[in-house]
Amino acid sequence: MFENIINPLIHIGLLVAMPPLLPGVINRTKAVFAGRKGPPLLQPYYDIYKLLRKGMVISTTTTWVFQAAPVVTLAATLLAGLLVPFGPFAAPIHFTGDLILFVYLFGLARFFTTSAALDTGSSFEAMGAAREMTFACLSEAAVLLGLLVLVRLSGSVSLTPMLLAPLAHRPEAPVLLAAAGLFIVLLAENSRIPVDDPNTHLELTMIHEVMVLDNSGPLLGLIQYGSAMKLLVLSALVLHLLVPFHAGVPGVDWVLFPVELIAMAGVIGTVESFMARLQMRHVPTLLAAASLLCGFGFVLMVR
Amino acid sequence: MEMSLTLLACTLMAISGLPGLAVPRRAGWGQTVATMLTLLGSVSGLIGGLLALISGHVRMTSLPGIWPGVALHLRMDALSAFFTLLIFVLAAAGSVYGQGYWRQAEHPATGRKLRFLYGLLIASMVMVTLAYGALAFLLAWEIMALTSFFLIATEDHKPECRQAAWVYFVATHIGTLALFAMFALLHAASGTFQLTPVPAATGIGLETAIFLLALFGFGLKAGIMPLHFWLPGAHANAPSHISAQLSGVLLKIGIYGLLRILTLLPNPPAVWGVVILSLGTVNALLGVILALGQHDIKRLLAYHSIENIGIILMALGLAMIGKSLHAPVFVVLGMAGCLLHVWNHGLFKSLLFLSAGSVVHATGTRELDSLGSLAKRMPWSAGLFLVGAIAICGLPPLNGFISELLVYVGLLTPAANATAGGWAAVAFGAGALAAVGALAVACFVKVFGSVFLGSARTDLPTKAHESPISMIGPMVVLAGVCALIGLAPVIVVLPLGHAVAAWAGDVTMAHRLASALPWQTLSVVSTGFAAVIVIVLLIMALPATRRHAVSPRAATWACAYARPSSRMQYTAASFAEMLLGLLRWIARPVTHGSVPEKLFAEPIDRQTHIPDLITDRAAFTGWDRLKRMLVPVRRVQQGSVQEYLLYIVLVLFVLLASLIPVASIVTRIMGR
Repeated sequence: MFENIINPLIHIGLLVAMPPLLPGVINRTKAVFAGRKGPPLLQPYYDIYKLLRKGMVISTTTTWVFQAAPVVTLAATLLAGLLVPFGPFAAPIHFTGDLILFVYLFGLARFFTTSAALDTGSSFEAMGAAREMTFACLSEAAVLLGLLVLVRLSGSVSLTPMLLAPLAHRPEAPVLLAAAGLFIVLLAENSRIPVDDPNTHLELTMIHEVMVLDNSGPLLGLIQYGSAMKLLVLSALVLHLLVPFHAGVPGVDWVLFPVELIAMAGVIGTVESFMARLQMRHVPTLLAAASLLCGFGFVLMVR
Repeated sequence: MEMSLTLLACTLMAISGLPGLAVPRRAGWGQTVATMLTLLGSVSGLIGGLLALISGHVRMTSLPGIWPGVALHLRMDALSAFFTLLIFVLAAAGSVYGQGYWRQAEHPATGRKLRFLYGLLIASMVMVTLAYGALAFLLAWEIMALTSFFLIATEDHKPECRQAAWVYFVATHIGTLALFAMFALLHAASGTFQLTPVPAATGIGLETAIFLLALFGFGLKAGIMPLHFWLPGAHANAPSHISAQLSGVLLKIGIYGLLRILTLLPNPPAVWGVVILSLGTVNALLGVILALGQHDIKRLLAYHSIENIGIILMALGLAMIGKSLHAPVFVVLGMAGCLLHVWNHGLFKSLLFLSAGSVVHATGTRELDSLGSLAKRMPWSAGLFLVGAIAICGLPPLNGFISELLVYVGLLTPAANATAGGWAAVAFGAGALAAVGALAVACFVKVFGSVFLGSARTDLPTKAHESPISMIGPMVVLAGVCALIGLAPVIVVLPLGHAVAAWAGDVTMAHRLASALPWQTLSVVSTGFAAVIVIVLLIMALPATRRHAVSPRAATWACAYARPSSRMQYTAASFAEMLLGLLRWIARPVTHGSVPEKLFAEPIDRQTHIPDLITDRAAFTGWDRLKRMLVPVRRVQQGSVQEYLLYIVLVLFVLLASLIPVASIVTRIMGR
């Protein structure tokens, strides 16, 4: 009984408080590899706090959609975060078919983010929106095929049992293939290298950052917080495939999970340090490869 | 009771346009009377349909026929009621909308005719769903085909309208021909023209022939690829509230016919289901890909109808496979997904056509790239279009998500449970459905963004005005129903369960449906999610919050460019260009014009469009080629009477010559 209240509370606490730490870790990792000192780990928290207190400038071209988009996106990401189990603990909300809700919530977020980009009337932002849409079409199929592997393995159609299925029943190859595919999607969906470079300063080459060029102040703060949360949620999902080990003691597992997340951010930072951004025209090939990896993983289990 | 109310509604619909025919052209009140009668009929029909659907009873009756001894047999079960409810809701919405969209004063020549035919179309569609005999069915089917033909040809002074109407006319009659053959075979199998299940001893060959004829005949009406060729033109060229009826209801009558005939064939082999499932997957993918490249808002919506018919077929295929393999779980999930998507697509597609109609009404164009910024001048139409767009993309928390969730869970469950590997292949349908969903989002962001957001691309949108209340009202109702089903899906469980049970012929289906999805949890999550978003947005919109956060307005940041203009804005075509580039091998876009080559380039004209797979690439070109091939034959027919007389003499000569007993003459000669 006690667990039924305390676990969801810790889950929500982590989901709300931890996201800005991950970009901080990624940036610090990249700085270490580049031989720089780098910003403080908590810098994203300071940035978001600063932005939330600022005023904002809103383009005269825009409508209410522009201001609603960051709110809808954040709400969708938050709900998606409540559907993914953290560590060995069941997610606060779980029901048959919740994986579809999970995938489609990101679709809803994308609908509003890209609409807001078109709302500014700027061709740069529309260009980013078109890229986001194109790549999302490929990665959405990959996510679903990756989840199919887990559906087949666990024999259930809900994220919590799918991701917490007993370790003994996991054949290695399909899980590894799905994990690789989903990791590529994780990088693409969170606009990390090799798909997108969050630090680039040329609008023509950006995807996610260019869509939010016209946002400022609290709205920009919400967007940054929301994308950090998306990184956390998708990382939590992929972690189940990469590190399916749990201590079995609730207290230890609740400490272990944030550590795993931070390690994940370190891995992403390492990938970013060693790779260059792909040419835009090669990105679809990478994402198609992710779909193929996941699809092949599923085929391996269909006998 | 249920039957009488529905028949009363049917009669009211059929006569709704009659008083209007008797009044002078310029008088507006004929239209008002028609709308009142339609509304009255809808109320009566809705009560009747709801009673039948909630009770799950079957009602039979027969009407005296056209001549003595021939009666029209009618039967109303939950499956019929499920469709009549949709018909009546959309009929009422379209009728009120027409009051503002197609005002008698603005269209004196066509207004009265349109009203009259509209009522007849609604009545005939209801009769198709009630028909229990081949005669009643085909009679209603033919009235439906003819009235919709005349409705598509409303603006018959435009050549493209006439062409669309004729293509539809030919298509629908080819379909009717197949249905005649199908009913003849049904008679051969069961010995009656009534829609009773064929005996179990019927050969598989005969059953397959019936199934294929039904698939062809009803598939033409439902616009299943490659039989969809009449659909985009007809939907684009009809008046918008008629397009809403065509796409929202008429296509679904094709689906109804297919469902009804499938209830008559007791033991379908699994391969039928596989065929329908594959057909649905191809339809969904091709429909959305072709939609992505369209520049005409109504034509684009028409291609999305093909996509959604594809999703409906995927669900149907799943239910059929479940039925043949005796797996009730899949029957429940598949058929519930199929039927709920029929409702949902009817609702949100009508909403989209009506709000697109508002745009056409206000600006006079259907071209996406001539519009923009309409959300400022038409906030209601924009908001309502947004609701429809989110719903059709299957995004939470609206109704499209619920039906797609049923289909997804249906497609994934075999992968989870089945021991046989072949079953698991069904799950690839879920991957395809995810791709369809993502493409649909791309397509509707393109439409919403280029029509309602950004800055105006021509001066057409700057003169636009918001539509009158008679047009906004029906759209608000439709959007409300979309939201209701999405936020509280628990309310559809009972009616949906009875309709599924009526299709499967198994009353336990209703209970299975109630436990197939966690309806309560889903309702709570959906409502909570929507409530949080709405509350936060309302707080943001409060005057107090606005004053607190002073936000100066400035022009859009154009990367330090000082004078941005709307010509620099992305067009709908450029938004879709990258994605279409990846799908070039399917969509096969055709480009005219050149790209600028040197510095300080001259103005150029460049167009890209996507010809339809069948109409533009096969049917019309094939027809032209046939005409060219037959040019030599034309020499025979020159229009001169003497020549024709010569032909007659020649034919007579040949006929007489055939009387000559050549064979006996030859034998006599040989014998000698």
